Amino acid sequence: MKSRYLPLAATTAIFLIAYALCYAQFPAMLSTRVIGNLLTDNAFLGIAAVGMTFVILSGGIDLSIGSVIAFTTVFIAVVLANSSMHPLAVFALALVITTLFGATMGAIIHYLEMPPFIVTLAGMFLARGMAFVLSTDSIPIAHEFYSVLQSLYWRMPGGGRLTLIGGLMLLVFLIGMVLAHRTRFGANVYALGGGVATARLMGVSVGHTTICIYALSGLLAGLSGIVFSLYTTAGYSLAAVGVELDAIAAVVIGGTLLTGGSGFVAGTLLGILIMGLIQTYIIFDGTLSSWWTKIVIGVLLFVFIFLQKGILWATSRNAAALENAHGR
Amino acid sequence: MSSEPMLRVENLTKRFPGALALDAVDFSLKAGEVHALLGENGAGKSTLIKCLTGAYRRDSGEIVLDGQPVDPRDTFDAQKLGIGTVYQEVNLLPNLTVAENLFMGRQPLRFGMVDTRSMNRDARQMLAQYGLEIDVARELSAYSVAVQQIVAIARAVDLSGKVLILDEPTASLDAHEVRMVFDIVRSLREKGLGIIFITHFLDQVFEISDRLTVLRNGRLVGTRAIAETERLDLVTMMLGHELSQETREHAAERGGKPETRFRFRGFGRARSIAPFDLDIGRGEVVGMAGLLGSGRTETAEVIFGIRPHDSGSAEMDGAPLALTSPRKAIAAGIGFCPEDRKTDGIVGDLSVRENIILALQARRGWARPLSAREQNTLADRFIKALDIRTSDREKPIKLLSGGNQQKAILARWLATEPQLLILDEPTRGIDVGAHAEIIRLIEDLCAEGMSLLVISSELEELVAYARRIVVLRDRAHVTELGGAEIDTDSIVRAIAADAGTEIGT
Amino acid sequence: MNAETLGAVRRFLPQIVALFAILAINTAVFPGFLDITVQNDRFYGSLIDILNRGAPVALLAIGMTLVIATKGIDLSVGAVMAICGAVAASGVAGGGSVAMAVTTALVVGVACGAWNGMLVAMLGIQPIVATLILMVAGRGIAQLITEGVILTFNNEGLAFFGSGSIFALPVPVLLWIGMGVLVAFVVRRTALGLLIEAIGVNRRAATLSGVNSHVLLITVYMISGLCAAIAGVIAAADIRGADANNAGLWLELDAILAVVIGGTSLLGGRFTLLGSLIGAMIIQSINTGILSSGFPPEFNLIIKAVIILLILVIQSPALRTFVVFWRGPKEEVFDKEQSAP
Repeated sequence: MKSRYLPLAATTAIFLIAYALCYAQFPAMLSTRVIGNLLTDNAFLGIAAVGMTFVILSGGIDLSIGSVIAFTTVFIAVVLANSSMHPLAVFALALVITTLFGATMGAIIHYLEMPPFIVTLAGMFLARGMAFVLSTDSIPIAHEFYSVLQSLYWRMPGGGRLTLIGGLMLLVFLIGMVLAHRTRFGANVYALGGGVATARLMGVSVGHTTICIYALSGLLAGLSGIVFSLYTTAGYSLAAVGVELDAIAAVVIGGTLLTGGSGFVAGTLLGILIMGLIQTYIIFDGTLSSWWTKIVIGVLLFVFIFLQKGILWATSRNAAALENAHGR
Repeated sequence: MSSEPMLRVENLTKRFPGALALDAVDFSLKAGEVHALLGENGAGKSTLIKCLTGAYRRDSGEIVLDGQPVDPRDTFDAQKLGIGTVYQEVNLLPNLTVAENLFMGRQPLRFGMVDTRSMNRDARQMLAQYGLEIDVARELSAYSVAVQQIVAIARAVDLSGKVLILDEPTASLDAHEVRMVFDIVRSLREKGLGIIFITHFLDQVFEISDRLTVLRNGRLVGTRAIAETERLDLVTMMLGHELSQETREHAAERGGKPETRFRFRGFGRARSIAPFDLDIGRGEVVGMAGLLGSGRTETAEVIFGIRPHDSGSAEMDGAPLALTSPRKAIAAGIGFCPEDRKTDGIVGDLSVRENIILALQARRGWARPLSAREQNTLADRFIKALDIRTSDREKPIKLLSGGNQQKAILARWLATEPQLLILDEPTRGIDVGAHAEIIRLIEDLCAEGMSLLVISSELEELVAYARRIVVLRDRAHVTELGGAEIDTDSIVRAIAADAGTEIGT
Repeated sequence: MNAETLGAVRRFLPQIVALFAILAINTAVFPGFLDITVQNDRFYGSLIDILNRGAPVALLAIGMTLVIATKGIDLSVGAVMAICGAVAASGVAGGGSVAMAVTTALVVGVACGAWNGMLVAMLGIQPIVATLILMVAGRGIAQLITEGVILTFNNEGLAFFGSGSIFALPVPVLLWIGMGVLVAFVVRRTALGLLIEAIGVNRRAATLSGVNSHVLLITVYMISGLCAAIAGVIAAADIRGADANNAGLWLELDAILAVVIGGTSLLGGRFTLLGSLIGAMIIQSINTGILSSGFPPEFNLIIKAVIILLILVIQSPALRTFVVFWRGPKEEVFDKEQSAP
């Protein structure tokens, strides 16, 4: 097996085994109803996680996405409540703002040569603060267009509903896969994760790519915010706290190396589904408490980080042996 | 083959603050030749290459390519001009596929998407020219370093196509892999490329090159045709000694045989250094001579526990020593001044004082701190004794010159009052004045009874202070010279002695 | 001694000026800001409030300073706070003694730190990744202990750590100042500080000089865990309950910010505990100022973001290179050439 696919295979295996165990205990969990809900409930997280996948693949991190989601929901709610703009126009405006926001962070990371961790931390504070400036209350959204969007779904065989936002998440994952594996931009992202200096030597425009990566993450966080506002029909500046952590966890459990350069967008989808599955199981069980979700995710994180370290050791052993043989 | 050179370098000079890296160097490369570029570390090879590839801008001199003066601003500029480079550390991305590495930044597109199928097909065809039939859709890290090197060569040739610079491409390859790379180098030579080949394996120089140029301390020593060069001449050119030189008075003639303090038997580590026997006496300086990559540094690192030994035993004064980590080696009274001061020696942001007391403090443990007064006394004593030039002891050590940094590291170990001190290239990259002082120090130290193991490329230095000299070749101790045998002539002969049929490792 | 004080003042001039500026603005807006009154043998007033409310961040900043000095980072401190608060609360809620409950909480905190340190030192996992695990799982563990509710208790002994006072000063203030003095004393009067800085600047060279970097790294993360545990006990004692969801939420970021404001570089090496503590007080002064101004407390997020941006610009290596270039190339350029292969 190619070592590149090993974490992805492990993720897939964990997902299938987990699902099989769930099914053995609660046969109802295989219904399309459950699957439909799983997709709907995790749609906003999944969309944001696609952006996070690109950021992590490039060797960076984006702590701002939770705040950007909250900002987007508040922005939409406030504008809809105070103007007669059509929601679609508001969506477009929100996406432009969040994309520019991400691009600015990317530019600061590149031009000031600062660690993404601290730059996006500032972004996190700023976006959350802007949301508070707009409104500190939870603002309900009562536009009829929202009802229209929410009523759109495709009834799957078996009675499950694939909602608009669930479908949108799948579409984003599909586009993400194409972008990552079939475009020059995608290759550049992997190249940055493989080594910035080498990537630069090989002709990758590092600044341009970095800015695009964080702009993409901002765009998808904005889209995630739109989905979140559709999901909750409200805008709230305290919403989506800690979503960045869930997204990072999903990416890592999906088999992407946290240090960058290796992983798959499809893996992140599996990571999201595993996390959703844990929640669904806990709901089905009824006696287990919700905090087990966090603990299990933490354990999975550790397992995957440990696994990746192991693979890294195994693959570098050859190189290390040679290096040892030749000094430096 | 035209006799007019395709690439001509004249009077190239590159100056760094405090050091002249290249001093009016001339160099020429013909189409269809392999030209070996040789020299010890710090001789100026890398600087010359970097000036050619645009990584450095030269201070003065001319670079003429195909009759046109050129001035590459960066690597891409050099590539466009036709100069491509392959480094020892493969400068490709191990996490991308072979095909992606070959076509990075110029992937074939179809409807705006990367046409992976045709990219893989082109990659396969490109590598087929080099006799390489591999799955180009696998990531590069799945392949051996040799294959990675060939991929790097293929990319460089495809991008540039006139001059190919190979910077120690064979350093981490085994004999079979070296042959693979050499076959490719020969076929590229047939195609009329000019190839600059940097290596420290002399056998490889004789096997593949047409001409060779030797640099030393930033100056051109000479350019010769391979057919007219003897091994011995080459080593002499590299190490810089005339064989007719008179034998100097040296340490070996002073005093009788000292009592043995450190005794190593069958000491070694697989793939680092072959098991060796070594005795070091009280107050004795044992020198280690050999070319770069011969196993000198490895010997030191195995003794100091950086690469723990996997065979043999060590004892001091008859008692067995456990030398499995630097901490244990230090506890046993051994100190080690590494060759690479920057990464292994100085703790840059800390002051001269803190750097001097570091090893002593580490040995005492955190709970038994040296008092401020003890620290100051120690630091001042060594700053004075070793003449470390610094405005005060609290200056960050990174602001000192190389020679003074070296003396501070030396002070760090002297402060621990070691029984055995290992010095790896103690005089590398430091100015002449400091050079002489460090040699004087070495002589003083052994006079005080400390045992010293000194690695150096400066043979005259070794001759001056070493009682015995161990000669290394191909990661093994091959000869030991003592007494009257010690002169630069015999060292050079021992180093140059034919390594037999072995190539590379 | 006098010269030393003077040197410290000069070194922390920007931080001290910033702190006084914030206090001055607060005083200008609220004339009674600087008033300190005595009621029931205890000091009251905004200044005391800043010292009191700033205790958790100040405590976290102490441990974080040491971790950052080793070129690391500890993202888990907020979650460890929640765990230790829950441990202490469940200890007394279950009828145990205060001493036992607090000791257990501190031991758990140290154990959490040891786990982080082990991942970093032994397995060689990047600190940000290694401590992320506990950051994610920690709140789940805390909820496991509190069984998902805000575990309230009615134990005056434990509540003393949050609202009690000694010599008219709130206990949290004494705790963070005491811990700060203790840690500063230990690292500066022993060789610990020097060895930590050596690891942070050049771990390889330090190891080659015989510094036991594994043990030191684990120790440093354990100290960070201990500080988080004390902060967690204070937070729980303050509200007389353990809130697994909100105790210490995002405080790791405030702690990192305090360290950076205090002048310790995120790239490791030289550290200053005093600076970090001043940094923590600067953050708390902003919080308190905004709170008393009637704005929602979350407004200070924007101010924090601006502060980070300013520090980013000041500490940016790119900018520094530019300044060096502008002043004329000195040693730095030489260093670069020397390290070039």
